Amino acid sequence: MSTQVPETQEADESEAETQAESVPVAQQQRQQRKTDRRERVAERERERTEEETASDESRYHLKVFRYDPEVEGKQEPRFDEFHVPYHKGMTVLDALIYARDHFDSSLTFRHSCRQAICGSDAMFVNGSQRLCCKTQLSDLEEPVRVEPLPHQEVVKDLVVDMEHFYDQMKAVEPYFQTNDLPDGELDEQRQSRENREKVKMSTRCIWCGACMSSCNIAAGDNKFLGPAAINKAYRFAMDEREGSDMKEHRMRILEQEHGVWRCQTQFSCTDVCPKDIPLTAHIQELKREAVKNNLKFW
Amino acid sequence: MYEHDVIVVGAGGAGLRAAIAAQEEGADVAIVSKLHPVRSHTGAAEGGINAALREGDSWEDHAYDTMKGSDYLGDAPAIETLCKDSPKETIQLEHWGMAFSRDDDGRVSQRPFGGLSFPRTTYAGAETGHQLLHTMYEQLVKRGIKVYDEWYVLNLAVSDEEVPEDRSCHGIVAYDIQSGEVSGFRARNGVILATGGPGQVYDHTTNAVANTGDGVAMAYRAGVPMEDMEFIQFHPTTLPSTGVLITEGVRGEGGILYNENGERLMFEYGYANNAGELASRDVVSRAELTEINAGRGIEDEYVHLDMRHLGEGRIIDRLENIVHLSEDFEGVDPLEEPMPVKPGQHYAMGGVETDENGETCITGLYAAGECACASVHGSNRLGGNALPELIVFGRRAGAHAAGKDLGTAKITTGKRGEWEAGEVDTPVAPGEVRSSNEDAVADGGKAPDAGEPSDAKRASSRAERSDGGAVATTGDEIVTRAVEAENRRIERLMTKNEGVQHAEIRSEVQKSMTRHVNVFREKEGLKQALRDLREARERYTDVYVNDPSRTYNTDLIQTIETRNILDLAEAITLGALAREEFRGAHWRKEHQERDDETWLKHTMLSWNDGSPELWYKPVILEGEDKTYEPKIRSY
Repeated sequence: MSTQVPETQEADESEAETQAESVPVAQQQRQQRKTDRRERVAERERERTEEETASDESRYHLKVFRYDPEVEGKQEPRFDEFHVPYHKGMTVLDALIYARDHFDSSLTFRHSCRQAICGSDAMFVNGSQRLCCKTQLSDLEEPVRVEPLPHQEVVKDLVVDMEHFYDQMKAVEPYFQTNDLPDGELDEQRQSRENREKVKMSTRCIWCGACMSSCNIAAGDNKFLGPAAINKAYRFAMDEREGSDMKEHRMRILEQEHGVWRCQTQFSCTDVCPKDIPLTAHIQELKREAVKNNLKFW
Repeated sequence: MYEHDVIVVGAGGAGLRAAIAAQEEGADVAIVSKLHPVRSHTGAAEGGINAALREGDSWEDHAYDTMKGSDYLGDAPAIETLCKDSPKETIQLEHWGMAFSRDDDGRVSQRPFGGLSFPRTTYAGAETGHQLLHTMYEQLVKRGIKVYDEWYVLNLAVSDEEVPEDRSCHGIVAYDIQSGEVSGFRARNGVILATGGPGQVYDHTTNAVANTGDGVAMAYRAGVPMEDMEFIQFHPTTLPSTGVLITEGVRGEGGILYNENGERLMFEYGYANNAGELASRDVVSRAELTEINAGRGIEDEYVHLDMRHLGEGRIIDRLENIVHLSEDFEGVDPLEEPMPVKPGQHYAMGGVETDENGETCITGLYAAGECACASVHGSNRLGGNALPELIVFGRRAGAHAAGKDLGTAKITTGKRGEWEAGEVDTPVAPGEVRSSNEDAVADGGKAPDAGEPSDAKRASSRAERSDGGAVATTGDEIVTRAVEAENRRIERLMTKNEGVQHAEIRSEVQKSMTRHVNVFREKEGLKQALRDLREARERYTDVYVNDPSRTYNTDLIQTIETRNILDLAEAITLGALAREEFRGAHWRKEHQERDDETWLKHTMLSWNDGSPELWYKPVILEGEDKTYEPKIRSY
């Protein structure tokens, strides 16, 4: 694997392409984040031991968005403050669960797997879209502000309506299609390791909605397919098992007015994606495909 | 009231596969699920799908390995069905576009796994479940199958004949989490339960918060027996602080377990002299805990799982997800240092009693996946056998419910075949708490006046009916009646203004179960757990919902889930106390031997008018062409 990585990320197609094709970038970033986190944790530990409070007394200060259309006193959105006892390795989700189970059982948020695979608990934490279950409290400035995902209708507290997100997903025909299945029920389609590697990152999407919520274009254009749906289309368009006819068909969906061309390469989606999917790069690659398709020079 | 031919409860692997199969048979099918399908916990499965696909492998070998792994408590017809159907079902997923890892020749990759005589675990990196779940949900979208997502199923609508085997299921009652509406769902042909595992009975589990065993508890209260509930699988490699799963694939690819002294414990202390780290899960979990109890654990809590020697290339290619999980949830980079791991609750071998076609003893009620027990896994499941279970039995239940003839099942359900009564000496009365307090939420979660009709009440209501009770009532009426009962229950929970909150009860149950009904079990501890559960049940009669809102009231949902957790926790503990032998995942301090003479039988628990009735049915070791002889199990 190549370890050549661009030093800066610019909204430049060739850079984006390099990023799409070299996994180490994501790894390097992860490494960097990890180092940063360790440093911050160490810093905190130092501060904590310097403070005179006993460690079991240390509490994290959370400001949590509250709203309930049905309950008097919660119909006007507000922030509630919680002071949650901290233990090493505690995540934002742990803190929310603690607050709900010990202080206010009406505090409402989606969560299920606790391990960054179900995509239920994407929220707006300290001004950025994150999965609460994989966000360490020690990485955050206090008070930790927890809000529902922006640009989506709030149902209650931290729960947003995901219907629009699901509709955009469905708009790109998010399922495998081919005219060329093997006859035998025990004969698999062949796929090269390289091709599987090419679509691998795109298959990691967990439908959490963080990218869609972070995208300024999607915020202003309800018809824009958005990064998650375009990534889903990429996953199939680039899969060699579907065949070229199907790819044509998929490109027609993607190159329409509210498809790939709406993307302005702000990289917000790529920045917030909890699964490190190079969304912007995928969208750029599809733009190039669309141009090639329509010019038909080759 | 909504109406469909087939209604599937739950939208994980088994539920999605069942819905697709029912639709392929021409049925109008709908899924009702408390989570949106892509949020299901099938997505967290990592390892792979066992299927005999290659030259040199055969379904017979797969069946033999599975039977041995089950410690001879699996039923041969179910095991053989699984192993025969799995290759076809696995390739079906590939035809639907699932992104399996690939070999150089472009075929799907397979890896070695615990307890297998051939590397037949077909995988997609260390995220096989995620790929499988999304592939199947894509098919659902393609077919336009109706999903009622974020609807919480409260109960089944079942007729009330005296004997469970005479009853029939006509639909369900569900609660729309977002709006607070309670509605009946009439199922013209059948209801399929696919609600997954009961991991939330424990506090250190790989399972999601949503895994509360709802389907099993509902079926149990409707009269279907629970089978083999004492057999809980503890996965040997979970992260100590969170319970997040580290796949067996790490050991399959060559990962090694070390104790504090840096000894390769599986060989050093003779836990598994041949298979080592790739012995079956019960063996490895016990080995780790034995090391920890002997003072050879690290920080007296865990052991080390080392995969650094595999090299970064191979790790990233096949186990990348594990690198992320270990970093994000334990702060350990497994490319640089070994991962801390300890056993954690992972899977329930037991569940709703079904035959190999997914049918229960109640007409029109089916179950598939982890919530069901056919039994494929007996007393211990092999790694890589859960995902094929979902797709094989999901498909069978779905097709069967939609009217496809799968032939006569060899496994009998309910008390139709051979059975014997059981006895267990309990320190407290298990089952429902009868409360005379008007304000109390009866233990059934229903108002006392709307509880299970007593025998006397049943007889009188039958006598009043002109047909003398031969036919209960119409399906619609049965669903309507169930809706009324659930409305009363919710009303009662919501109007009560003070009392105990579910979180407190739930966490006490989880603590007690984790302490007393874990990998190692002893009589006194099990009895203590029953006492704790009794206390929790009593407290539950005083439970109330603090959140007054009908909008997205998770407080209410979790309160009802807690009731299901109580029922399952009690069943697990009762079964564990009754079974006086050591078999598979069930280890008893007082009984260190497998006792085939007495215990080659399934533990059955039926909800009999508010209390659990224990009975047994024999294991079926006769396969299609051969009989499986119980042998000494060593790896």
